[in-house]
Amino acid sequence: MKQSMGVRLWRWTIISFVALYLLVPLYAMFDFSTKPFGFADKGRTFRAWTMIASQPDLLAAISRSLITAAIVMALILFMIVPTAIWVHLKLPVLRRPFELLCLLPLAIPAIVIVVGIAPLYRWISININESPITLAGVYSMLILPYTYRSLSAALDAVDIHTLAEAATTLGASISRVIFGIIMPTIKTGIVNGSFIAIALVLGEYTISNILNFKTFQVVIAQIGRQNGNVAVAVSLASLLFVIFLLLIIPTKKRQGAVLDVDIA
Amino acid sequence: MSSSAYVQLVDLVKHFGKVKALDGLTIDIAEGELVALLGPSGCGKTTALRALAGLQGLDRGQMIVDGKDVTFQSANKRGMGMVFQAYSLFPHMTARENVEYGLKLRANKITTDKRKARSGELLDLVGLSTHVNHYPYQLSGGQQQRIALARALAISPKVLLLDEPLSALDAKVRTQLREEIRRIQVELGTTTLFVTHDQEEALSIADRVGVMRNGVLEQIAAPAELYDRPNTAFVAEFVGLTNPIAGKVSSGTIEILGGVVKTLPGSITSGNGIALVRPESLDVVASKSGNATVFSASFLGATCRLSISLNDGTRVTAQLPSPDAAGLGAGAPVKVSLLDMPVFVKAAG
Repeated sequence: MKQSMGVRLWRWTIISFVALYLLVPLYAMFDFSTKPFGFADKGRTFRAWTMIASQPDLLAAISRSLITAAIVMALILFMIVPTAIWVHLKLPVLRRPFELLCLLPLAIPAIVIVVGIAPLYRWISININESPITLAGVYSMLILPYTYRSLSAALDAVDIHTLAEAATTLGASISRVIFGIIMPTIKTGIVNGSFIAIALVLGEYTISNILNFKTFQVVIAQIGRQNGNVAVAVSLASLLFVIFLLLIIPTKKRQGAVLDVDIA
Repeated sequence: MSSSAYVQLVDLVKHFGKVKALDGLTIDIAEGELVALLGPSGCGKTTALRALAGLQGLDRGQMIVDGKDVTFQSANKRGMGMVFQAYSLFPHMTARENVEYGLKLRANKITTDKRKARSGELLDLVGLSTHVNHYPYQLSGGQQQRIALARALAISPKVLLLDEPLSALDAKVRTQLREEIRRIQVELGTTTLFVTHDQEEALSIADRVGVMRNGVLEQIAAPAELYDRPNTAFVAEFVGLTNPIAGKVSSGTIEILGGVVKTLPGSITSGNGIALVRPESLDVVASKSGNATVFSASFLGATCRLSISLNDGTRVTAQLPSPDAAGLGAGAPVKVSLLDMPVFVKAAG
């Protein structure tokens, strides 16, 4: 059935507004990053962009943040996801308490968390390692509200009990059920939760700054204090990099939460 | 307990809180036999099946399969094939991958070629050899259950367990698939336990049907015997239709509708009772001086179902071959009598 002109117009109006909402800040960043700075510049300049590579600490900060993000991802995949599945499958009575526990980092202000964990991190820095990568511990706690909600929604959308029982009767052990059956089934939820987690890890500033760790955001802030144009160029470059990553990740139609679709 | 039984469920007891799901359930199943467990919701039939699969722990009892006690064996070591009521195909795997899944997990791993051959053979058996690369979301409900059946059979299970596998399907697919299940079961000779609340399904495909109520097996028998010779009032009333007709019982007979018929074992032996009469056991002929009037008639094809009002006000249902019911429309005076078939009689009140 053909859509009426009014509906199409309304749809494109909404899409245009959303596009403007998303693109205008990006354009503003680009505009700002190419504005002249210093006495030598006239008109548009890409000097801020060319200066990115020469920023001390920047590459090291990026690699630290990426390694931290990778560790957090590993913790999500091998600790949080199996735990959430286990709670849904075997301990449904603990679902509410577990959910509440996962929401706590959202309810407690970041500054309070920092004050609480600062002595612990002092001890870690002195006795174990003073690498910013140890931040993965506190980050894996901070991401819980977002990751758990995403996982929980994915787990609720599929009859994991029946899938688990079907796999078990076919000879699968519990680890095979979790990693071989349930996790691929809720892949979309895991990917969504992981993206939110990575965004949070790469964008977190308060904790790493107060704990004196030079992560990506902390270094951007430092650059911003010296040269705003370069800081904005770095931020825009990182945003474009993430958008590029999102675009190249293959999206497959086959996924878990489609059990009830009957097209044959 | 029969020593020749392939599957023996002995005195199974299971409580869920205060509810007794299984209350001393004992069943023997012969090798290659298809036994259906039939009963209303909450009667314990699924609990029994899940206990045999190893998915449900028991409070008491013993389960022996092929001479081996499996009571405490974990579900993934029992070698049972199970088809569930809910669609249970792994959504990230194709039909072939689903069927091969159990084979990949076998301790004595078979080669990829043999695995592919086996899955192809089973997909062919369930009539879906053209759908090997389809994902579950590309299959209809009936097709998904066929793949699930092929997956369960792929591991050559000791016992095939079917937990209401047809209840989510529409009527036509349901009838087709139940016949296919029976054909495949006979072809492979797999010992099968089938749980359903649909009596037509149970009676049509099972070698024997066990009727359960409140965790207790009321009767287990061949479908015809269960229908014709119920042991309890519950079985008589649950399986098929019955007309409750009051009468007087004495020395193994009951006097109803102006005639005397034998009572079935398990019936009350004396006093006033209610005979549970099958619609086919009633003989109806047109008669102006009869004892009843036809209230309504429903044409069912080969047979015709008549709702009849007896002169004493009792309403009964009779089922006659359609030619015999010709001319017996609403308001027709008729004479209703009982064919010489034994009936089950329960106590009145």
